[in-house]
Amino acid sequence: MAAISLNVNGKNFSLDIDPKMPLLWAIRDFVGLKGTKFGCGIAQCGACTVHLEGKPTRSCVLPVQAVIGKKITTIEGLGTEENLHPVQQAWIEEQVPQCGYCQSGQIMAASALLKEKANPTDADIDSAMRGHICRCGTYDRIRKAIKRAAKDTPKTGVTGGK
Amino acid sequence: MGLSASSKPTVIHLNGAGPSALALEINPFIVIEPNGKIILINPRPDMGQGSTQAVPSLLAEELEVRLDQVTIWQSDGKGKYGDQTSGGSSSVRALWKPIRQAGAAAREMLVKAAAQRWSVPESECYAKEAKVFHRPSGKSLTYGEVADEASKFEVPKNPALKEAKDFKIVGKYAPRLDVPARVTGKAVFGIDVEVPGMVYAVMIHNPHIFGKVVSIDDTEALKIKGVQKVLKCERPMPHRTAEAVAIIADNYWAALSAKKVVKVHWDNGTVPHTLTTDAYFKKCAEAATKEGLKGEESGDFAAAFAGAAKKLEALYETPFLAHAPMEPENAIAHVKEDGTAEVWAPIQGPDWALRDLAGYLKIKPEQIKINVALLGGAFGRKAYHDFLLEACFLSKEVKKPVKLVWTREDDITQGPYRPGMMARMQGGVDEKGNIVAYHHHPIGESIQFQVFKAPNDKPDDWICGELSQKEQKYTIPAFKVSFTHVDTEIPIVWWRSVYASNFGFSQEGFLDELIHSAGKDPLKARLEMITDERFKKVLETLGEKAKWGEKLPAGHGKGIAVFKSFGSISACCITVAKHGAGVKVEKVVSVIDCGHYVNPDNVKAQTEGNIVMGITAAVKKGVTFTHGQADHTNFHQYHVMRFNEMPAVEIHIVESGAEPGGVGEPGLPPIAPALANAVFAATGKRIRKLPFDLNTLA
Repeated sequence: MAAISLNVNGKNFSLDIDPKMPLLWAIRDFVGLKGTKFGCGIAQCGACTVHLEGKPTRSCVLPVQAVIGKKITTIEGLGTEENLHPVQQAWIEEQVPQCGYCQSGQIMAASALLKEKANPTDADIDSAMRGHICRCGTYDRIRKAIKRAAKDTPKTGVTGGK
Repeated sequence: MGLSASSKPTVIHLNGAGPSALALEINPFIVIEPNGKIILINPRPDMGQGSTQAVPSLLAEELEVRLDQVTIWQSDGKGKYGDQTSGGSSSVRALWKPIRQAGAAAREMLVKAAAQRWSVPESECYAKEAKVFHRPSGKSLTYGEVADEASKFEVPKNPALKEAKDFKIVGKYAPRLDVPARVTGKAVFGIDVEVPGMVYAVMIHNPHIFGKVVSIDDTEALKIKGVQKVLKCERPMPHRTAEAVAIIADNYWAALSAKKVVKVHWDNGTVPHTLTTDAYFKKCAEAATKEGLKGEESGDFAAAFAGAAKKLEALYETPFLAHAPMEPENAIAHVKEDGTAEVWAPIQGPDWALRDLAGYLKIKPEQIKINVALLGGAFGRKAYHDFLLEACFLSKEVKKPVKLVWTREDDITQGPYRPGMMARMQGGVDEKGNIVAYHHHPIGESIQFQVFKAPNDKPDDWICGELSQKEQKYTIPAFKVSFTHVDTEIPIVWWRSVYASNFGFSQEGFLDELIHSAGKDPLKARLEMITDERFKKVLETLGEKAKWGEKLPAGHGKGIAVFKSFGSISACCITVAKHGAGVKVEKVVSVIDCGHYVNPDNVKAQTEGNIVMGITAAVKKGVTFTHGQADHTNFHQYHVMRFNEMPAVEIHIVESGAEPGGVGEPGLPPIAPALANAVFAATGKRIRKLPFDLNTLA
């Protein structure tokens, strides 16, 4: 064991854990943030998706030793009920979740996509979201919500802050 | 625990804290605290189907409160709340009257209390938004201010219920108040619960399910920091208890790491030869050559079939399926040395869990406290309590609260599953093209027999009842339903829409065969055979919305199906286009008549979910067992429908104003047959066995 330094949602954590522990379990059981979910443990379902330096990343197969000092963002760091991220807002407006268990991962994937491509095509959306399983079957609403968020998000970067 | 504290409506996901001691219980479902806080008890756990809001909406409608004025609590299984199992699409339809009566009775008591306080006639008072108003003077009292007096009145037996036209909440679009918590990571699912002093457990289940533990080598496992113990344990299932091994550790990852290095020597006996899906389906096929037990018959099938101008016979087959809810099975159990127990778990039925726990632990229900967390999907799986009882066994052994979390591999390889079934179909058409004889003969394992140990000398009446002419409304002169039981040890249980997911396919696929052999149009022929007004309206709406009569481009085909389940009639039309050697699913139009409903958006959401799960069930691999073990272990092998495979969907609700039917399941049964019928229309290939591959149609 060694002290592992993790930066999660802008806060530093020093954890005495197995360096091979997947980031998912470090976040859930040691940092104490439960919004990131366990779905399959083999990077096949997307429920555990977080942002690693802004990129959507499966945390269930990523050993913590590989992310020391890197910037990790979880669903809790994306936005809160009082200060929702535009993607979360769109998810509420389209009433996307049924059980909601996979939606943290879906939202992390969608927000990373929109950061990369402000106006994604259907093919872009397919490609970003196909790795995320929803057994409740909310795919149609997820697509609508991504398009809504793309429409509603101010494109300040593009227009020079107008 | 599990509170989302904000000025917004608060949804409490766990019932750990309990109302304050001074709180007044107007009836079991309505609690008013001295500070005026109103708590409504939701007796149906939420697995994503929306019961957390749907049931309290019924209460709030009659109580005259807004949903943002109340706090919603989940019931704990105790008898005073009645049936509390989310299953059979029953929440709204079963509670439609009683829960509104509970709300109306409380409202009448509160109005009476205010009227007495003011010494005015009750007829001059009315309730609105958690207050009682005196019409002539305009003065008002909050429910909190009169709750004490109100709680002392006798509960009115027949309170006046609103007419549907006066509903303010029920039947209207409303955003679900629990959605914000579900998009910010704040919703507390079973897997998110922690209790003080708990340890983690991981199971080592036998890949062959049944077999004996001969020896356990835990040498390497115990070297892992945090691993406390490796022990033999058991997995209690209704039909059989399986032996298993568990690892107890300080944290989940330590336990998972240990799982890779514990060596268990199993004696599997004959299981590798007996626990196979091939052997089971062979027995089913053999049974299909013989007559079954007669479930029901109107007219004389044998005579009508013998006299038919055209005779068709076919064998339909549907596979075993895993529920694979995104949240794997999990539970915390604390079996205490004082003879009491407390559990925290994502379970569909706290009342059933209470019964199962009391039976298993041999203690009284009063000694058990159940805390129901949100369920991250369930689809029937989490009304089967093997994982809950495993956690109890382990807690009793280690004398601590144990948090057990199954892996996805446990979930997919261990069952219980939707049973794989066969159906032998026979039908006859007369010289005028009328279907005159129809025989539906389901064959396979029965949930009633395996799970509930009902005697198997009678046909399964869940199956025969659902497929009966009375339910499905086809006015075919000779209509017969039979059943043959074929047993298996592969654990089974209900899966979204239960047998309708198997036999909706055989009914509607085979009727399509008969209709085509008669040279008729699939929609018109169904309408000719059905006189029931609600079925007709559903089919006519489908025809109109799906533009049934319109000519399709070359290589396209449309298929339809209709099926009644759980009190609702649902039909769908699927359009496919030829694509290489297979087809692509282009569009699904679904129509549902579920009678009165609570929230139209939730009806649509559930129907969308049924389309996705129905297509998955039709075209993705089922669960198969070879040499006694499941052939697929996780989502890399057990495929489910993905985002990029989603067709265009359209949902239409028929506003019949009838008594409420179910919503969570009825949209599923017509999907597979409509798809198979569309494939036939586009390619001429008849699909009688599920799953089939969309790319090859094999």
